[in-house]
Amino acid sequence: MSVLIFLDQADGHIKKSAFEAACYGAAIAKQTGTIAEAIVLGSINDDLAAIGQYGITKVHTVKNDALNHVDAQVFTKIIADAATATGATVIIFSNNFNGKAIAPRLSVRLKAGLVSGAVALPDTSNGFIVKKNVFSGKAFANVAINTAIKIISLNPNSFSVVTTIGTAEVAAFAANVDAAKVTVTNTNKVVGEVPLSEAEIVISGGRGLKGPENWSLVTDLAKLLGAATACSRPVADIGWRPHHEHVGQTGLAIAPNLYFAIGISGAIQHLAGVNRSKTIVVINKDPEAPFFKAADYGIVGDAFEVMPKIIEAVKKMKGLI
Amino acid sequence: MKILVCISKTPDTTAKIAFADNNTKFAADGVQWIINPYDEWYALVRAIELKEADAATVIHLVTVGLADCDPIIRKALALGGDEAIRINADSHDSYYIASQIANVAKEGNYELVFTGKETIDYNGSSIGGMVAELLDLPYVSLATKFTLTGTSAEIIREIEGGEETDTVQLSVVVSCQKGMAEQRIPNMKGIMGARSKPLKVVEPSAVDAFTAIASFDLPPAKAGVKLVSPDNPEELVRLLHEEAKVI
Ligand SMILES: Cc1cc2nc3c(=O)[nH]c(=O)nc-3n(C[C@H](O)[C@H](O)[C@H](O)COP(=O)(O)OP(=O)(O)OC[C@H]3O[C@@H](n4cnc5c(N)ncnc54)[C@H](O)[C@@H]3O)c2cc1C
Repeated sequence: MSVLIFLDQADGHIKKSAFEAACYGAAIAKQTGTIAEAIVLGSINDDLAAIGQYGITKVHTVKNDALNHVDAQVFTKIIADAATATGATVIIFSNNFNGKAIAPRLSVRLKAGLVSGAVALPDTSNGFIVKKNVFSGKAFANVAINTAIKIISLNPNSFSVVTTIGTAEVAAFAANVDAAKVTVTNTNKVVGEVPLSEAEIVISGGRGLKGPENWSLVTDLAKLLGAATACSRPVADIGWRPHHEHVGQTGLAIAPNLYFAIGISGAIQHLAGVNRSKTIVVINKDPEAPFFKAADYGIVGDAFEVMPKIIEAVKKMKGLI
Repeated sequence: MKILVCISKTPDTTAKIAFADNNTKFAADGVQWIINPYDEWYALVRAIELKEADAATVIHLVTVGLADCDPIIRKALALGGDEAIRINADSHDSYYIASQIANVAKEGNYELVFTGKETIDYNGSSIGGMVAELLDLPYVSLATKFTLTGTSAEIIREIEGGEETDTVQLSVVVSCQKGMAEQRIPNMKGIMGARSKPLKVVEPSAVDAFTAIASFDLPPAKAGVKLVSPDNPEELVRLLHEEAKVI
């Protein structure tokens, strides 16, 4: 019996969402009186022993350049073998793009019930019940997993990373690495930008900004705060911003610490993707904009007048002027 | 080419989310039902485009649900499916649903199985991956572009912080999202034609669900917005720094 955490990596570095998954898995191990181990696939540049500070006892590695791209089928088989070898009864993923590709396959392969999009530790007082987001952030479901092995994929930004002192044992796992049936011919990453799904601060613009030429009001503030940028659906549809920035019911669902919305009305479909954010700020010239009902802080005002002043004030706060 | 498109019925995006029976059931009274947007706008429309490019292509639709799904399936047929299969069962467990779909897929020998990236009600994002594993097929998730070249496909999919181009030999399971196609509205000819298209109802095979929903909760209400004067935006920055401690 143990908890096994899949540590997702990109370009040789463990992702922030993977540390959240590690802490979450370690907390479940503590709760159920067992240990937490992790598995990481591909070539890693980070110091893996340091994963011990997230509560992980042992890290299983499969160093193989073929695993630097995630292939759901190949990864599933290796993780299933590792789960069997380590006797894992709970397996944790981050509910990010890779988690969504692998966890469902693993669920079938191990005949293990999956809850995707978990937002809290399981209730193990009577069975094994996991709270997850449903209805695009408008509600939660408490889902009982009734199989011997349980898989949980944790929503990014739902569980705090806490570190202690600790060193993990790092051991190579002897895996059979199948040839992938899917060939990756090209990858195209936006370099130097914070990935939206992992960002702690998101600055977002809507149709109220009138046109792409005004987007420096969004991007300047984002740069100052190390934030990612997002937009409402019509903004992506008209091509003012790239599609991957579209948040909402039919775009990406995010839960940053701060969601800062400029010139967005706050339609129900938009709120569905952002209402799990811890703090919501709304800048809108219409006092009746529905977004104010979902906001924590707001300014009823013209973004073109208010935003430059906010950017100045942040610069001052950061000691830049 | 045979394509199977998975269709799910979901509440309209503006539906009021409330629960009944001691918070154990979604309160469906008065709710408007739609085809899950990802299934309709992206998976189904892309399949229709492939059929428009190659008249020999056949599109089958599959849904797991009771008779109240029929209007949704008829709409999907009106958009352009050739034939629909409804597996007559009510379940919210992804494994149960995926198993039923995989049975249909096995029997039909489809080269392509399309799903939406997730349903907007249970947000599982699991059916595609599960069906692929049950069929032992490759799975490309969160696809934004799909191009067919003979018996292989070039697919662009979203990855963290960017995108990846994949090539894969058919058969393959693909979960579809924005970028794959543009939403369409069924026309009169489609709606009339859909009435005579076959909608086969089959009974489910016995499968044990892995999970069960014990109850639902609604998030706590927000305390209310704190408004800052537009003449003093500096105060907002101070509040975010000192009170909310988010910057
Ligand atoms: C099935 C379905 C799914 C959908 N999915 C999504 C989704 O995923 N994401 C999404 O975002 N939308 C989605 N929508 C669309 C949604 O309903 C809204 O139409 C959309 O969110 C509106 O975008 P907006 O707020 O940018 O634009 P608008 O509604 O045009 O609002 C612009 C806002 O800017 C304000 N404004 C104007 N000028 C200024 C100024 N100078 N300073 C400050 N404020 C100003 C206005 O007061 C207004 O509130 C969906 C719709 C449907 C039907």
